[in-house]
Amino acid sequence: MNYSTPTIWLIIICLALGTFGLRFVFIGLVGNREMPAWLLRHLRYTAVAVMPGLIAPLVLWPAATGGQPDPARLSAAGVALAVGVLSKNVIGAIVSGIVTLYVVQYLLT
Amino acid sequence: MAISNPKTAYWRGFRAGAPFLLVIIPFGALFGVVGTEAGLPVLEVMAFSVLVIAGAAQFTAVQLMTEQAPTVIVIISALAVNLRMAMYSASLAQHLGAAPLWQRAFIGYLCVDQSYACSITEYERRPEMTVPEKVAFFVGSISTVAPMWYISTYAGAVLGVAIPPEYALDFAVPITFLAIIAPALRTLPHVIAALISAALALAFVWVPYNLGLIIAAIFAMIAGAQSEVWLERRR
Repeated sequence: MNYSTPTIWLIIICLALGTFGLRFVFIGLVGNREMPAWLLRHLRYTAVAVMPGLIAPLVLWPAATGGQPDPARLSAAGVALAVGVLSKNVIGAIVSGIVTLYVVQYLLT
Repeated sequence: MAISNPKTAYWRGFRAGAPFLLVIIPFGALFGVVGTEAGLPVLEVMAFSVLVIAGAAQFTAVQLMTEQAPTVIVIISALAVNLRMAMYSASLAQHLGAAPLWQRAFIGYLCVDQSYACSITEYERRPEMTVPEKVAFFVGSISTVAPMWYISTYAGAVLGVAIPPEYALDFAVPITFLAIIAPALRTLPHVIAALISAALALAFVWVPYNLGLIIAAIFAMIAGAQSEVWLERRR
């Protein structure tokens, strides 16, 4: 890379301030004001609206396999999800997902 | 006045955030390695992890910098990756808006995917939590993740060793998020929102600047809210 030191710092500072701004904008500015019911109803679904979209491409097209769907990763994700939904136990879901990943990988190689 | 116990809330948060170390350590180390290999001095690599503290955006920025992209493009692209943080902020506002400004600023700095996911699921599960408890839980959930993000970045940058790909730790990211989000799928509207989110994120994966995720998230929130209204009317 061929950026001057001030340019690199400019990038870092802009990203730091911009990212903080995005994170702070609503908790900082809305503060204690009452938000309308329709908005709250939408915001209730923020986590389940963002996270699955974040995960889905990683599960279906993992970079580690060059974007090819991989049986080990697909089954690991399925098991982690199922255990998580049924048991509501985060650690249990993580461990069973990772064990599935390694077992299926081992069986297929 | 409800009985408030921030100390127990802090330790509950601490335990909720700790599993994410499985992701944070390998990815922090990987960022350290990638950053130094791209030609960044250790100080600048650390400045990324400490000041920006947003994994995906950091990787995006460094990737574009190795491609010698224009400075403005580097900044815009990495910030676009972080747009979802504004959605997190909006959804946390109703829970943390009453906290003192300095606490909200501190939380703003520390609001990453992991701390947000742990905290919002806890707040929805325990609506009786007081504001100080909610703040304490949030800080607890990040107090393993953030320091280890800095330390593992440093270790990666200085030692130059990442965790070998055979361990398939790349997949710790989807696994840990699936594990944390699965218990949140407790009503039909939540499930509908999650399905729409996954389907549209895949459909819009071609949209530049990672904006496909934002489009998917907005439609998924609308789908969740609308199906909630619809189910209430039917009752």
